[in-house]
Amino acid sequence: MNAVIIKELTKKYGNIVAVNNLNLTIEQGELFALLGVNGAGKTTTIKMLSCLIKPTSGDAFLLGESIISNPHSINEKTNISPQETAVAANLSVLENLELIAGIYGQNSKTANKNAHEIAQKFGLKNELNKKAKNLSGGMQRRLSIAMALISEPQILFLDEPTLGLDVLARRELWASIKSLKGKVTIILTTHYMDEVENLSDRVGIMANGQLTTVGTVTELTMQTNTAKLEDAFIVLSGGVL
Amino acid sequence: MRMFLFAKRNIKEILRDPINLFFSIGFPLVLLVLLSIINSSIPPEAKNTMFQIKNLAPGLAMFGSVFMALFAGMLLSKDRTSSFLMRLFTSPMTAADFILGYTLPMVVMTIIQAAITLLAGGAFGLDININIIFAIIMTALTSLFFVGTGLFFGSLLNDKAVGGVCGALLTNIAGWLSGVFIPIDLIGGAFKAITHILPFYNSAEAIRISLSGNFSYILPHLIVVTVYTIVIFTLAIIAFNRKMNGEKI
Repeated sequence: MNAVIIKELTKKYGNIVAVNNLNLTIEQGELFALLGVNGAGKTTTIKMLSCLIKPTSGDAFLLGESIISNPHSINEKTNISPQETAVAANLSVLENLELIAGIYGQNSKTANKNAHEIAQKFGLKNELNKKAKNLSGGMQRRLSIAMALISEPQILFLDEPTLGLDVLARRELWASIKSLKGKVTIILTTHYMDEVENLSDRVGIMANGQLTTVGTVTELTMQTNTAKLEDAFIVLSGGVL
Repeated sequence: MRMFLFAKRNIKEILRDPINLFFSIGFPLVLLVLLSIINSSIPPEAKNTMFQIKNLAPGLAMFGSVFMALFAGMLLSKDRTSSFLMRLFTSPMTAADFILGYTLPMVVMTIIQAAITLLAGGAFGLDININIIFAIIMTALTSLFFVGTGLFFGSLLNDKAVGGVCGALLTNIAGWLSGVFIPIDLIGGAFKAITHILPFYNSAEAIRISLSGNFSYILPHLIVVTVYTIVIFTLAIIAFNRKMNGEKI
């Protein structure tokens, strides 16, 4: 079953075309990695799919709901971990998690239970009463993703989730993301090719606002006659090896 | 429900900052003590009643509420620039949840601040009676102008710029033009005329009249403040909604 169906999605800012006629289908439970150089249109696409900005033309259907005519319904079933860490600095880890759970309609008892469970899963159990601003960068990022997951979304947008993390923190976060595969549909943007190789089911490459290629890592390397995804990415993005 | 959760978060976020705590509660009290000491040194023949407690206490209640513009603006601006608001924009929260969630904590803080300031005025000779409650309610109402100002600039500017506009600029303008620190009647002329068409003097007067109990004189002041409040809140809601929909302002 398809979780995301994108039809001719376009976003223009004046004369600049940020996303141009995007067509794509993502299956339920799939982890889809969206790649592209800076300015390729990845974040604009994520913002349109998460109903943060309206498309200039075209539409996308998430779990059967249109991002144009029914954004409120989509917001209840999806969540996002933005590129920057998005936490309430003066609230504790527990308060941050309970706040988001409450906003997504969980009562205080359920929110507290889910907050403890997800803190355990993301290695935040010992930090529950610490203010978010006092956590390390890696811990803040984990909290940010845990906040996206506590609402039990059916579709999760991860916009460069491991940006700025050290190797250990990245690997730990990969393990957490892997554990979601098959249960949650994940759309991931990243600049790290090893992350894509480790996590994604399929990859889409954007260049100049257009989706140029979609396939598995193996399909992309075969298509470009390259040995690594990084080389395939460079070829498909119009770069020179 | 969502609005109350968000309001609860906002009040925690503000009160857990010690500087905010000082400016919201401590600063008006410091001014009350200092200006009361100055008042005791003014000879009766000077006929300057500005710092008499019946004028000073309501004036400081108004001046304290000016800081709500700074708190609301800084909080909104930080939420916007740190991506926290972006996260919430993808949640089921509505524009009304956001606007009310930012406004309600400021009104609660104003009520607490005004109550402390006016009750502390009792130590300096202010008559503590039922009118204190009316003065507190009036301060909460007039504070909405400052909350709206904070939300408007918080929707447009980064937190440093909000600090400059709502902190340094607005507090100075409000202090000068409200008659709390400067004798407007003694200066008179164009200065007095300008103060009478702006919301600062009218806010202070509305609170002072509430405290005195002579409500028959309150309407003209209340009309001026209400008009400014409606205008600034309308602008704030437009600016916030455009940000929420990812449109340029």
